[in-house]
Amino acid sequence: MQVTITVNGEERRHDVEPRLLLVQYLREVLGLTGTNIGCDTSSCGACTVLLDGESVKSCTVLAVQAEGSRITTIEGLAEGDEWHPVQVAFREQHGLQCGYCTPGMVLAAVSLLEECPRPTERQVREGLEGNLCRCTGYHNIVKAVLAASGQSVAVLDTVRPGAVHAPTIGEGPAS
Amino acid sequence: MIPVAFEYERATSVESALALLAEHGDNAKLIAGGHSLLPLMKLRLATPGVLVDIARIPELSYVREDGDAIAIGALTRHHDVNTSALLAREVPLLAHAAGQVGDPQVRHRGTIGGSLVHGDPASDLPAVLLALDADVVVAGPAGTRIVPARDLFTGFLETAVGEDELLTEIRVPRVAGVGWSFQKFSQRACDWAIVGVAALGAGDGRGPGVALVNMGATPLRASAVEAALVGGADPAEAAALAAEGTEPPGDLNASPDFREHLARVLVRRALDEAATR
Ligand SMILES: Cc1cc2nc3c(=O)[nH]c(=O)nc-3n(C[C@H](O)[C@H](O)[C@H](O)COP(=O)(O)OP(=O)(O)OC[C@H]3O[C@@H](n4cnc5c(N)ncnc54)[C@H](O)[C@@H]3O)c2cc1C
Ligand code: FES
Ligand code: FES
Repeated sequence: MQVTITVNGEERRHDVEPRLLLVQYLREVLGLTGTNIGCDTSSCGACTVLLDGESVKSCTVLAVQAEGSRITTIEGLAEGDEWHPVQVAFREQHGLQCGYCTPGMVLAAVSLLEECPRPTERQVREGLEGNLCRCTGYHNIVKAVLAASGQSVAVLDTVRPGAVHAPTIGEGPAS
Repeated sequence: MIPVAFEYERATSVESALALLAEHGDNAKLIAGGHSLLPLMKLRLATPGVLVDIARIPELSYVREDGDAIAIGALTRHHDVNTSALLAREVPLLAHAAGQVGDPQVRHRGTIGGSLVHGDPASDLPAVLLALDADVVVAGPAGTRIVPARDLFTGFLETAVGEDELLTEIRVPRVAGVGWSFQKFSQRACDWAIVGVAALGAGDGRGPGVALVNMGATPLRASAVEAALVGGADPAEAAALAAEGTEPPGDLNASPDFREHLARVLVRRALDEAATR
């Protein structure tokens, strides 16, 4: 079946089997292997891409369902040599270790900031609930997303002796 | 994991979806957001021969006022239900609960209609629509009929919507100002509820609505709790009856006994919270 999908700004046309998953289309047909497969059961978010600007798990979308849509993968986020602000923030805040979750995490963060440009720390944690990371403990990922939104994250590095609650951004201590 | 091969058809209107279903009979399956069906197909637990994609039917995605009710198109995604200003004002229980479904990626794809017709007792929105006493509109070869939510869920993953039919609309009452609560107990952030509770205070000639997630083969009304509240019981007395008439499953997450305990605790929390707003 013919599909026409605009991937990272370029219109692509292919004949695909209806059962081809979007993630396989991106990786195996287009060779865009930046999108990772983690669980293959819609749980981990490693395969997250943007479909018409919104985060989706590409292991749970058929390529034919994306007909006529715009897809953005991690390869399409930078503008030429200019990294996307979320990419810059992940590097500066050490938001990755092995990097396996990172493409999905970055695209989920881009989608989150599109919907909520100045999130609180809690909104970032909840907004990334569909993405698992085995390495970082999430702290630096959350910092990266807050930093990408233009907020100062220095407070997240302060530890007050004897404090009951960790410092947070954008609201009172978590209850 | 790769699904068994199938043919793919795209419906452009309710009529064309019904015609495709009639043409392919029980070999065909509708797909909306695909976030219940595709995981099953990838595990080869579902092997439809023909998929009829209804996600592009433009006239089935909306939230609008319709007389006494708010009408929601079956293809409205969880994200759009969650962020609808109209629902936040008129039916906050539903807008809030839609934001508790899965994670943002799931909410960008999954639809309210798919969530209902999938008929999973562990899903959030079926219980919410039971507590709200909503109606659904079903289109079929013989025309359109209205099914009350309380008659929709007929068995495990089974609903009153026939294989040749399409759920087109959900109709919920306006309940602005009525107390409500949605309690979801799960182990990890984006998981299904181990047990959940949707509660709505009484109002406008309606009794209180209390419904349970994952306490039996279907989403359930907590009838004993509702009757006790109507009879003047306080929240603690009513909540003690939460497990009556339920047959909760036992699985990796919880034994039936633990689920019964959770139901009592969560109904109590829900009634207390509903009383404060
Ligand atoms: C990782 C993950 C986490 C999730 N977590 C939750 C959760 O916490 N809570 C929760 O409630 N749900 C959860 N879900 C399920 C999610 O809400 C699904 O979106 C929803 O259950 C089904 O909607 P859909 O549009 O994706 O339906 P589909 O998968 O497209 O269809 C489901 C079934 O309904 C039928 N159908 C769909 N639309 C119609 C219609 N209009 N008329 C007639 N039949 C129709 C299909 O034929 C199919 O049998 C989760 C899903 C995933 C993948
Ligand atoms: S690979 Fe798609 S969610 Fe894990
Ligand atoms: S950096 Fe290794 S999984 Fe997240």
